[in-house]
Amino acid sequence: MPLDVNGTNYETDEEGYLANLSDWAPDVAEALAASDGAELADGHWEVINFLREYYEEYQIAPAVRVLTKAIGKRLGKDKGNSKYLYELFPYGPAKQACKYAGLPKPTGCV
Amino acid sequence: MSNTKTFVYINRKAPYGTVYALESLEVVLIGAAFEQNVKLVFMDDGVFQLTNAQDPEGIGMKNFSKTYAALGDYDINQIYIDQQSLDDRGLTIDDLQALVYEDEDDDWNEKSSIHLVNREQLSDIIDSADVLLNF
Repeated sequence: MPLDVNGTNYETDEEGYLANLSDWAPDVAEALAASDGAELADGHWEVINFLREYYEEYQIAPAVRVLTKAIGKRLGKDKGNSKYLYELFPYGPAKQACKYAGLPKPTGCV
Repeated sequence: MSNTKTFVYINRKAPYGTVYALESLEVVLIGAAFEQNVKLVFMDDGVFQLTNAQDPEGIGMKNFSKTYAALGDYDINQIYIDQQSLDDRGLTIDDLQALVYEDEDDDWNEKSSIHLVNREQLSDIIDSADVLLNF
């Protein structure tokens, strides 16, 4: 099912993940979130931007355990915990945040 | 009683051309969630999986060699390279990418995950395995 952002259609898979990594842009992230009924605030963007950098460097989306640890290191202990990340991304931090970041679904993630 | 087992993954094949190298890496990353004692061995053409500056774009493959650098984040830090296999291919340890991990049990410094081993040490590593996976 294609995702419509300001008149441009983007190809997505059956779970709503972007088909092409290179299609991603901030307004596409907003539209992906909106299709789940979510709105992106600064806290979401910190995680989304982190994930995009991680993918650029390592070519994978990190598992949730790795994400939690790395966020703690980067953004502080108050953000590097499951409670905070699940509040931001109630469908599962790795899965949902990766979707908005335009990344593939993490390998073996929850 | 501890439920931790020692998993030894042996990587023997060149990175591209077959799917063994990528499959092995994915199994290792998924398996890391179970917090077992994991050792990776690179031998035979498998040593090419860790060579520096890979660029498989011309054959339409993703450069997954960058992903090995994430192994430290997954607490996988026992990586063994067979010296004989390097020698046979005219490679040295400097031809391989550096892989490090952060030592959370000690001083939090970055330490190398890579250990060069001879065949005798290699047989001890294989002998230590509760589960042995050969790719």
